[in-house]
Amino acid sequence: MSYPAGMRPSVEKVAQRRKERLNNYEFPRLSPEDKAALLKNHHPDFREGDKVLLRCGANKGERVPKVMAAVMESPSRLNLEAVDLTKPDYRTDVLVIGGGGGGVTAALTANEQGAKVLLATKLRLGDSNTIMAEGGIAAASLPEDSPAAHYIDTMVGGRFKNIPEVVEALVNEAPSVLEWLTKLGVNFDRKADGSYFNHMPAGHSFKRSHSIKDLTGLEFMRVLGDELRNRKGIEVLEFCPAVELLLDSEGRCAGAVLEDLDTGRNIVVEAGAVILATGGMGRLHPNGFPTSNHYGATADGIVMASRAGAKLLYIEYIQYHPTGAAWPEQILGLLLSEAIRAEGAHVVNCDGEPFVNRLETRDALSAAILRECGPRGKGVETPTGTMGVWLDTPMIDMKEGGKGKGTFLRRFAGIHHRYKKYGIDPIQEPLLIYPTQHYQNGGVAIDVHGQSNIPYLYMAGEVAGGVHGHNRLGANSMSDVFVFGRRAGRHAAENYRKKPVTRLSLDHVKAHHEELAALGIVSGLRSPMLLPDYRFEKALTSTNYVSEIVEAEK
Amino acid sequence: MSKKNLNMISIYVMGKRFSVPEDLTILKALEFSGFRITRGCGCRGGVCGACATVYRKQGDYRIYTSLACQTVIEPEMSLVQLPYISNNKPSYAVSEMDPESLDIVKTYPELLRCMGCNTCTKSCPVNLSVMNYISAAIRGDLERVVELSIECVMCGLCAARCPAELSPYNIALFIRRLYGAHMLKRSPQLEKRVKDIGQGVYSAEIAGLKKTDNKRLQEIFGEMQAKKGASV
Repeated sequence: MSYPAGMRPSVEKVAQRRKERLNNYEFPRLSPEDKAALLKNHHPDFREGDKVLLRCGANKGERVPKVMAAVMESPSRLNLEAVDLTKPDYRTDVLVIGGGGGGVTAALTANEQGAKVLLATKLRLGDSNTIMAEGGIAAASLPEDSPAAHYIDTMVGGRFKNIPEVVEALVNEAPSVLEWLTKLGVNFDRKADGSYFNHMPAGHSFKRSHSIKDLTGLEFMRVLGDELRNRKGIEVLEFCPAVELLLDSEGRCAGAVLEDLDTGRNIVVEAGAVILATGGMGRLHPNGFPTSNHYGATADGIVMASRAGAKLLYIEYIQYHPTGAAWPEQILGLLLSEAIRAEGAHVVNCDGEPFVNRLETRDALSAAILRECGPRGKGVETPTGTMGVWLDTPMIDMKEGGKGKGTFLRRFAGIHHRYKKYGIDPIQEPLLIYPTQHYQNGGVAIDVHGQSNIPYLYMAGEVAGGVHGHNRLGANSMSDVFVFGRRAGRHAAENYRKKPVTRLSLDHVKAHHEELAALGIVSGLRSPMLLPDYRFEKALTSTNYVSEIVEAEK
Repeated sequence: MSKKNLNMISIYVMGKRFSVPEDLTILKALEFSGFRITRGCGCRGGVCGACATVYRKQGDYRIYTSLACQTVIEPEMSLVQLPYISNNKPSYAVSEMDPESLDIVKTYPELLRCMGCNTCTKSCPVNLSVMNYISAAIRGDLERVVELSIECVMCGLCAARCPAELSPYNIALFIRRLYGAHMLKRSPQLEKRVKDIGQGVYSAEIAGLKKTDNKRLQEIFGEMQAKKGASV
């Protein structure tokens, strides 16, 4: 298949101009002022009209993406009359909702502290954004690096909006997470002398990302899932997403109602503490972008927690990963690891000209690509009308006069395999990229233990807000899920409610319905959404998101 | 993909015919046909192994296996998703096991039932040499098992097809964990860092940074970035 005829001339131009860019050439870095202007003019976060103010609930007045408002301002998918809260199906010390990196880590940790744990997840155990993480996990492990340097990079990347105490916890515990994962049997990439191999993702000042080829999250989830199944005292309910949280008469969290996706039955769980690890919102397609997220990333945790009264932080800030696949159509939106750029691949336009430094942060690089494809008209158009620019992957093996030979295959076996299927060899030809929705930077506000403002309700991972400020650095999400999975698991196991709940309540959901009615808000949706609907024509529309955005940019 | 001028082809899902645009993946073809998938779809990117699919092509006796999100449909193909496969997974404590002993065969005694038929390799949708890693496991060559199985997506198709009733993907995971926990070198550097953090070596510096204004943090960041140089 390879590239269609219409795209070949551009592929040739990239090849012709590659030589000039080898030999240590780098496009100049943006000054802080230029970066701010680029973001303001071209990053979707700053575009007028894509966001609205919430009209109801605990976060009334908060600016959120339109799609997020749509699900938050909908009635519950739960039929309140049909739920009997007087006879819970399960009673547990700690209920973990979500089976990705944050949830599984929280469950393992709470279990180690002696708590009885129930883990409920929407899809299979491990089906999550964690399993898709390619690049690596950030931890200041080299002697020349330090947690203090990691702190500075994270704050700068987050536009100084991160909660300092939470970042301190992140950078201090990341190295011990590395040790913990190694002891569980994770096969981190090593150098010849046995020490950890590490690389430097954009926005970091030292080599502090640790990987397992381009399958970092897959290796984590395989190992952690296996360990979870080894443990006694942890029960797992797959295909049972939570649909609402339960509160007690004092407004403290006391469990959740689950929906069994196989049978449609509701399951009532009373819990001494609840840890939400439900991930982000990619599958809502904020601003119409494609997404790198897994099938279940529908912001359920944000919807449920907000209804229960949890405060949100920075939910309007969304991370678009600059290197989403833009061709072939079958893998549109799929993530290409940041490590490809770290290994030396430049980002170039349709004429093979560089227009941005490959190591700018994700927000700046995404904005630069949108500018190149939009107003500057230097994007590459595909036969299906979508746009993109080139990630010049052949440079990796060609760098330093060919010393890099073999690097691509060794480091990016998964990506190589995927493209070869479509007749594209990333060692010989560049890859077409376009920004893809990647990460929800904000979420439910947490403290250093992952606690929300609702007693007995914890957050772990992407559902939480504050760790990454307005913009997360690459490889910091893997540190986040494990650090705060462990912190939430530990704190919940030590502090869960020991006395039985006198009365489980869904009154907060009733109040939400009353508020919608009083404000005259009518919605065709019911939420949480649980899964996106891609049936019929919608199976084809994924690409149109991109062209609409390109139109809007012009 | 423009909605105009779609070239339609027929596929059969559990025996029922559907007309779908050519060039879709199996996953998108199922969705285009109107299936709302709960089991049988996960990452949509070829890493999670949730969408194991079995199919036959017209006029071909062979059984083919693939991941629905990664495979482009073919005219007249007849498919079914196989999103759950029962498997055998004993409980074990990786930290307490000895990778040099007979613990592997004791944990998975059915390993020795492998008859070398290679059906597992033929059924792997990510083209792993499954039989070869099982042979390596029997020989006790852990490093080779890691090397040959590290890309496993745990879809379970090898276990579904194995006539000796092994669950190869679980066996490989067990061995990779043993190898990672016991055979890889320890890192004194990392151990020192963890110890230093525990003893508060960086506490004062970070406490200072928490009080530092943004402008100064930006400057320090600029200095660090300048020092790191062009090569990464």
